[in-house]
Amino acid sequence: MFYREAGQFKTSYKADQALFPILQDKVGMAVILAVAFVLIPLTANDFFLTSIMIPFLVFSLAAIGLNVLTGYCGQLSLGTGAFMGVGAYAAYKLTTIFPDVNVVFLVLASGIFSALVGAIFGLPSLRIKGLYLAVTTLAAQFFLEWCFIRIPWLYNYNASGAIEVPTREMFGVIVSGAEATPIARYFVVLSVVVFIAFLVANVLRGRIGRSWMMIRDMDIAAELMGIRPLQTKLMAFAVSSYICGVAGAMMVFFWLNAAEPSSYSINLSFQILFMVILGGLGSLGGAFMGAAFIWILPVFLKFIPGTIGLEVGAETVQHLTFMIVGALIIFFLIVEPHGFARLWQIAKQKLRVWPFPY
Amino acid sequence: MNAIVTNNDMTATAPVTEREVLLKVDNVSLSFGGVKAITDISLDIQKGEIRAIIGPNGAGKTSMLNVINGFYHPQEGTITWRGEVRRKMKPYEAATQGIARTFQNVALFKGMTTLDNIMSGRSLKMNKNFFWQMLWRGPAEQEEIEHRRKVEDIIDFLEIQAIRKTPVGRLPYGLQKRVELGRALAMEPELLLLDEPMAGMNLEEKEDMSRFILDVNQEFGTTIALIEHDMGVVMDLSDRVVVLDYGKKIADGPPEEVQASQAVIDAYLGVSH
Repeated sequence: MFYREAGQFKTSYKADQALFPILQDKVGMAVILAVAFVLIPLTANDFFLTSIMIPFLVFSLAAIGLNVLTGYCGQLSLGTGAFMGVGAYAAYKLTTIFPDVNVVFLVLASGIFSALVGAIFGLPSLRIKGLYLAVTTLAAQFFLEWCFIRIPWLYNYNASGAIEVPTREMFGVIVSGAEATPIARYFVVLSVVVFIAFLVANVLRGRIGRSWMMIRDMDIAAELMGIRPLQTKLMAFAVSSYICGVAGAMMVFFWLNAAEPSSYSINLSFQILFMVILGGLGSLGGAFMGAAFIWILPVFLKFIPGTIGLEVGAETVQHLTFMIVGALIIFFLIVEPHGFARLWQIAKQKLRVWPFPY
Repeated sequence: MNAIVTNNDMTATAPVTEREVLLKVDNVSLSFGGVKAITDISLDIQKGEIRAIIGPNGAGKTSMLNVINGFYHPQEGTITWRGEVRRKMKPYEAATQGIARTFQNVALFKGMTTLDNIMSGRSLKMNKNFFWQMLWRGPAEQEEIEHRRKVEDIIDFLEIQAIRKTPVGRLPYGLQKRVELGRALAMEPELLLLDEPMAGMNLEEKEDMSRFILDVNQEFGTTIALIEHDMGVVMDLSDRVVVLDYGKKIADGPPEEVQASQAVIDAYLGVSH
């Protein structure tokens, strides 16, 4: 009743191909952006920004990155964490070498390094598919993690072996390092995520996005339509790793302030993969929903016992959170194996004919 | 639809005898280990004709198509495409040279809509790079709209307007076959290879498909090579028929001639050796 396209006639292909062809979607997106850019900064406290919104956005971006590769191009990867790490270390080295260059620019540039690394580790994808490819990307994960530990040049020969983000300013506002305010960080992260998500959405609906989906759905037929498998797959690896690299760099620069090699371990790879699967393979909205579920839900669950006045120990809450989140993951995967994005689509489909479904 | 029709109708009206040879296969042999799929076969496909390849199961028909569009590389023999001997090549190179193909078991992109599937046939003709694609506004959008027009012509031609935005995985089999034909047509091929375009269809669907094949051949001037088991369809549609059996060519010629051939009758009905 409220969500239907009846009466919204498209008179040009341009209008039909728009990112949000239906008016309600346009309004919905505008509302979400308004909340993110205006309402949240005005009302949220520091805890909400640093512990919920910033990590959520960073993970969303990483999930978008993996989604490009796994959801759209069909290449399973377990090296996400390492590719994020490459971005982080590259950004760290870049800001050490060029301390005066705008840090956001460096973060965006650092993705190029992880794109290169990703493309190299994507080479086996021409011959290897599915789970076997996942195993070869696992090699990337372990090899790169080894590099982060064993090559001291990468962390400027710190005694701690970790990278510590220096204070950097942008337009006179401190955006990274320990002194940066959460609100400044939030704005930087949000802008980068929205910007990249928009560009990715454009790529996905055009020729290149289609060529990825062709490879995913039927690689033989794709080759017959003139798609070069190696170039297409490597491009997906590069784009995906670029996005993951930027996410990894933002993770340390605007959220954690410092990172050890273990921050970019296989656990992170799995976490991002779960976000993508749970959110929905092949959906940008799903990446956000998956990240929200995996990151925000546990944080909220931890607060429930306190707010309703139950006296429960911190560890018990921790364990309970694990159990509830785990059970919910299983529940949602049984209800809809294609993730939240599909649930959302079904809901929209139902709304379209509601209240007279027949 | 008129937009496409005007392109090539010269070739369609040319008399049968003056047709030039588009593709020529000479003494091709293909084997997988000890299995000989194709033995010393020569055949030609003339510009503008409908050429049928028939034969019992396992005769090497599909292998022949695979050789033509570069999936398999024959151990012996040469393939001449538009007067030039073709070197060993990849399927995507065959695509760039104007050879399109449909598959016996539908090979559509299941996760994509009908529109996207047919748009994917335009991939080779689109060339705006990554940068423009990211921006979308401007050249990439223009290109997309331009090709969308062509695709809509094909959608009109195949009468599948109603399923434009439906993911093809949800479509019934007959429509999937039609979308697959549309996807191949979107490539504007010179040679269209159809591998059993009517397998598993009912009479009405077969009639529709036959009509589309004839229309494609006559209106767009596309040369068609098809594999089909329905003899009625084959004899009515094709200009010339080649018959394979156990990887060997046993007959080649106009439908009536092939129908009367003793070797063909033996191959289909079976004969004691």
